Amino acid sequence: MKKTLLINGNEIEIAQEKNLLEVIRKANIELPTFCYHSELSVYGACRLCLVEIEGRGIQPACSTLPEQGLKIKTHSSKVRAIRKITIELLLAKGGHDCTTCGKSGNCQLQKLAHKLGITHIRFKKEKTISIPDSTAPSIIRDPNKCVLCGDCVRMCSEIQSIGAIDFANRGKDAMVLPAFAKNMNQVECVHCGQCARVCPTGALTIKPEIDPVWQVLNDPSKTVVAQVAPAVRVAIGEEFGFPPGTTCTGQMVSALRNLGFDKVFDTSFTADLTVVEEGNEFIKRFTTQKDLPLFTSCCPAWVKFTEQYYPDLLKNLSSCKSPQQMFGSVAKKLLPGQLNIEKKDLVVVSIMPCTAKKYEARREEFTKDGIQDVDFVITTQELARMIKEGGMDFKNLAPDSFDLPLGFKTGAGVIFGNSGGVSEAVLRYVSEKLEQKKSESYEFKEVRGGDGIREFTTSIAGHEVKMAIVHSLGNARKLVNKIQAGQADYDIVEVMACPGGCIGGAGQPDYSDQSIRNSRTSGLYKNEKMIQLHKSQENPYLQEVMHQLSGSGEEAAKQVHHFLHTSYQTKKRIIKEGIEITSGKLEISVCFGTGCYLKGSQKILTTLLDQVKRDDLQTRVGIKATFCFEKCGKGPVVSFGNKIVTACTPEMALEELKTLLIENEVFS
Amino acid sequence: MSTQAALNFNNLCEILEKHNNDPAKLITILQEIQEVYRYLPEDIMTFVATSLGISPAKVYGVATFYSHFALKPKGKYVIKLCDGTACHVKKSTAILEALQTRLGLNEKNNTSSDGIFTIETVSCLGACGLAPVVMINEEVHGAMTPELALKEIDKIIQQEENKQ
Ligand code: SF4
Ligand code: SF4
Ligand code: FES
Ligand code: FES
Repeated sequence: MKKTLLINGNEIEIAQEKNLLEVIRKANIELPTFCYHSELSVYGACRLCLVEIEGRGIQPACSTLPEQGLKIKTHSSKVRAIRKITIELLLAKGGHDCTTCGKSGNCQLQKLAHKLGITHIRFKKEKTISIPDSTAPSIIRDPNKCVLCGDCVRMCSEIQSIGAIDFANRGKDAMVLPAFAKNMNQVECVHCGQCARVCPTGALTIKPEIDPVWQVLNDPSKTVVAQVAPAVRVAIGEEFGFPPGTTCTGQMVSALRNLGFDKVFDTSFTADLTVVEEGNEFIKRFTTQKDLPLFTSCCPAWVKFTEQYYPDLLKNLSSCKSPQQMFGSVAKKLLPGQLNIEKKDLVVVSIMPCTAKKYEARREEFTKDGIQDVDFVITTQELARMIKEGGMDFKNLAPDSFDLPLGFKTGAGVIFGNSGGVSEAVLRYVSEKLEQKKSESYEFKEVRGGDGIREFTTSIAGHEVKMAIVHSLGNARKLVNKIQAGQADYDIVEVMACPGGCIGGAGQPDYSDQSIRNSRTSGLYKNEKMIQLHKSQENPYLQEVMHQLSGSGEEAAKQVHHFLHTSYQTKKRIIKEGIEITSGKLEISVCFGTGCYLKGSQKILTTLLDQVKRDDLQTRVGIKATFCFEKCGKGPVVSFGNKIVTACTPEMALEELKTLLIENEVFS
Repeated sequence: MSTQAALNFNNLCEILEKHNNDPAKLITILQEIQEVYRYLPEDIMTFVATSLGISPAKVYGVATFYSHFALKPKGKYVIKLCDGTACHVKKSTAILEALQTRLGLNEKNNTSSDGIFTIETVSCLGACGLAPVVMINEEVHGAMTPELALKEIDKIIQQEENKQ
């Protein structure tokens, strides 16, 4: 029998909905919510989704089960009054200076206040005290605007499995903070920006770089070139009234030229380059069965995640720079000569769907002699704002096309923006290369799809190639743990930190509806159909650019490698980790990770401490208890200066201590 | 010094082990650790987070939620000022203000930078007959006035200076 309930007098059927809110939304009634996201767990704290249920009074719809026969009013006088008071209280509490807020126009609080007709606030405004934290390259945290809905906290821990921010303090002092109230750039945040995407107010926003970009555009001594990531073209239209997923490449290029960019290039070109480099890297590893699975490395949030949590996997990460950074180094190397300008006058601006790219561009590895390969990174949203400020009628701009050669790409470089895109592009290359023949078809539709973890096995030149594709770091963690526990085994794994891949990046126009993401995904696949070439190896400009990069001569291959590849370092999650027990210059660290602890690191520590005390060396030797050198299989692990000793015993430790002291001339 | 640190660290490991590194026991674990270290140092909380497989921000959140967790080391002399009804009526607030002004402290920043004094207010020390009451470490001082309290403080400062 069909179950129904009554919403504002209309009979509505209950299907699979998990809560009342979903049923109400199905009936096309918009209920305000701050703390409800279909992707996250139900929290029920904001009290905005309140409805009146006959016989039960006022209830939050998001945490009420839809039951047969309920009689619900969504906008009764009582409910309306409570909602208004809630919003007024929030407005009185925070520092909501809308006109200068980064979220203005997209802020849920602002929209609600407008919708509910709030024209004055009946409560005394509280003074705001907290200073916003803008130390991180990607995110600005302004606690004065926080409504404590917890969306960001759940996003970071549930979807990304990081937990870089959490509720701290209590009562009126409660706020969302990184550990120990540190700044966002001092903790394990990977800059994915997903917290800012779900934050309903201006408490978490993306750090803009619009001003410095305007500045260089208006500086006649600078030559400013743009590179545009694939995912931008199918999303930017949303800001100008196009349906999600519409390809707006032509208008976008045209707008960039109007803004004053001297050249407009396509990151898809260096995506093609990545495919060939990463494909070759894969073939080498696959044929020698070394360092498999190969993990993709184009997502900087995933790279930082690996550096923090899985240092033993760093050798599995592809050494290829991401397409953004490949573009940066190619541009900084080749363009000054070709455009006849000095390197210092060339400015490379990326337009990205991603906030972590802002962080990536600032990584030391990608800065030479104080000049970043990529100078500025603006998001899709920021570009839209610049176009609006530039007063352009985006919809009616005459389409224009990218500059050559760095604007020429194949379809393989375009689908990079989708989860599964990198894998498919690499497959198109690797299969032809290993089979040593051209194939008619180019699509590998099996790798496409929306599931967070996808597996796929294919046969190439008689070999079985096993791959996995994941998006969101929570899924990546699940998969990696499975691999490390020996429960799964792949040859190649693609990871994107953002749900859906780059098209779901936090720099894209605001979206909460998953269908928007799906439209962008199919938009990119449609876009690729309009391109003549589909395999990176067919991009006629790749060889040319490679050649220009290396010149001729035997050093050529090394040169190319230098420009297109990078390396990774283990990163501490939180600045300063480990417990100092004695403080001296000669450092000894004893691992107390679970693995080592069980194998007896405590005994080693005590032995070392006793000896140091006996020799009265507490001020010369610094003994520390640290966490995990990631060699857990060979524990206990102890480091003496730069030397790492595995399977250490108390006796070995004493020996090593002696050596360390002799080497440093404490003993002779 | 170093032996103390090692002893504490041993205790810390035992506490974690006793509770099986179970994140559900976080509050108990933090309580027991605070007994060892007398407060919750940052590096210890990070250590705990890693052992329990949760994020340091989560541990910090719990540690700041409950008022009985101290995130900063307390001073050598902990001055507990009673603000129970009896003491309050007998003007304990004036004593608090006098002490705070003298030591340059306030409600949030309640430990002197030289690590000598911590001022805390408590609700009822159970000595209402002696109101207003001030406790300095284990010593109870009854029928206090701002002047008398300041005298006690000066005595301690004098003592500490002589030691140096
Ligand atoms: S940017 Fe990503 S990793 Fe950083 S706090 Fe936000 S959700 Fe967490
Ligand atoms: S920062 Fe934003 S998302 Fe996080 S709790 Fe505050 S208002 Fe909610
Ligand atoms: S959406 Fe239901 S309480 Fe926030
Ligand atoms: S527990 Fe991993 S190296 Fe010690």
